[in-house]
Amino acid sequence: MLMDRYTLLQKIGIYAAIALFMTFILLPFLEMFRTSLSPMGHLFHQPYELWNKEMSFKAYSDMWAKVPLLGRFIWNSIYIATVVTAITMVFVIPAAYAYARLEFPFKALSLGVFLSVNMFTGAVLLIPLYRVMRTMNLLNSYWAMIVPGAAFLIPTGIWLLRGYLEKIPKELEEAAYVDGASRLYTLRRVVLPLAVPGLIVVGVSVYIGAYAQQYLFAITFNQKAELQPLPAGLNQFIGYQTVEWNQMMAAALTGVLPVMLVFLFLQKYLVAGLTAGAVKE
Amino acid sequence: MVEAIQTDALVQPKMARRGLTEAMFAWALIGPAMLFIAVIVAWPLLETIRLSFTNADMGGESWVGLANYEKLMGGPKFYSIIGRTFFWMVLSVSLKLVVGLIGATLLSAAVPGRALFRMMIMPPWVIPIAIGCIGWLWLYNGQFGFLSGMSQRVGILDGPFEFLAYKNSAFYSAIVTDVWVGTPIVSLFFLAAMQGVSRDLYEAAWVDGAGRWYRFRRITIPQIMPVIVSMALLSAIWTFNSFEIIWIFTQGGPRGGTTTMIIDTYKTAIGNFKFGEGAARAVAIVVILGVFSLIYLQVLNRVNKFYGVK
Repeated sequence: MLMDRYTLLQKIGIYAAIALFMTFILLPFLEMFRTSLSPMGHLFHQPYELWNKEMSFKAYSDMWAKVPLLGRFIWNSIYIATVVTAITMVFVIPAAYAYARLEFPFKALSLGVFLSVNMFTGAVLLIPLYRVMRTMNLLNSYWAMIVPGAAFLIPTGIWLLRGYLEKIPKELEEAAYVDGASRLYTLRRVVLPLAVPGLIVVGVSVYIGAYAQQYLFAITFNQKAELQPLPAGLNQFIGYQTVEWNQMMAAALTGVLPVMLVFLFLQKYLVAGLTAGAVKE
Repeated sequence: MVEAIQTDALVQPKMARRGLTEAMFAWALIGPAMLFIAVIVAWPLLETIRLSFTNADMGGESWVGLANYEKLMGGPKFYSIIGRTFFWMVLSVSLKLVVGLIGATLLSAAVPGRALFRMMIMPPWVIPIAIGCIGWLWLYNGQFGFLSGMSQRVGILDGPFEFLAYKNSAFYSAIVTDVWVGTPIVSLFFLAAMQGVSRDLYEAAWVDGAGRWYRFRRITIPQIMPVIVSMALLSAIWTFNSFEIIWIFTQGGPRGGTTTMIIDTYKTAIGNFKFGEGAARAVAIVVILGVFSLIYLQVLNRVNKFYGVK
């Protein structure tokens, strides 16, 4: 398209600006990776040096001994995020269907109530939540992190999935309904199979959210080191006098690998799905 | 019109018959989620309000009326924390919007590689904030960190500079990281909105001789304004509630320089076990955010009306 054509100078300018923007976004990752490769002696070198000849992946094997629970932390993160996602979806799917398809009293009001949850963070509700967890005997267990985690992801999940379900043609359901299928049967056998792309989008964004939020609830409701998810587990080490920064960075980068892979494989759906509401039809 | 009325007349009796069961079915579907939220969010919220009128701590609790609020509002400290929180929110959100807008504009430019760039901006959003903070913590390290080290090598700094050790530099460092965390999702939404703008508008303007900057100012910005305004509200709420960055960097220090309302609440309630006083602070957050959101939604409605969005 002629309108979109740039002169060489404009092209250079655009790429330079993109490079600057990307540097801001990726600098911490590049620096984490660089640090993970460098021996500790070189990290403490004065003056500061960017590269040295002894760079290696040694920290990636040493870290398992230095942080004995690292494997557990990563496993805990994956486990908590997976269970949170499963629970969240079980609550989100029926509710999103109701908001997408059915007419009922207090529809708008109840949706507003759900969405207003997004206004709060766990931090505001920690005191009573702590007591709820204690009463239910859930402190220092996976559930102490899973239950509040799921609660704070349900509203956004309902909102996202509702948008998806609204786009599925209503005629198919009506056909099934006319043929005598029950409402629940229609939901299971007609709507859900059609909604698979939407379910993937919502599932992945819930998973990323569940992976990301594993700090506050973990440091507040869980004292057991072996149950700690990665973000909480690694940050415990920051306070120590001698932080092995190279191993710390290696551990951090290894620990985010699972969620990064999920993102990479499904990013195409995710980006389109998350922003569907922002685009006018 | 006639047709519509006829269809309505045909459907009406059936719908009426279905009415009750539809409502019951709907509530059966929503019920579980509503109950979950009620137990984990709504009840604790009410309990927080109740606790704010008590002197609850590890030992026990008794009713103290408005004492917590009087104590809170009696001193100047609380107001400076509110002021700092709003400054934190306004500065960080503005930067997120500006940087996000620049990013989205760059990533919507028709140049090779843009699909890759679009993917590459997402990692700060994908990874847990607390993990990103470990990277930033090291960047800000005065003795061995990249920023201090490179600045010395280039000659901007004479000696090591510990970014998180001073009131102002710690505050602005935390802002930079908060902007870093928030930029991807803002860029993503702006980008999607920009792609939704009709090509015809641009072409018509282009034919009339409008330059890029003019088209950006007079077409892109007004067309995506509703998304900008709603993103501003969402970001504002997230930023107001931002906890992890400040907690991991400084825990609200040095000398309170990074203590926002959420940090103050956490410190009081969980750090010092003053549940009652912490609850009063939590209620203050809820009230302020509630009022702020209500005002904002009014603005959003106006903007949407002005730009012709339903």
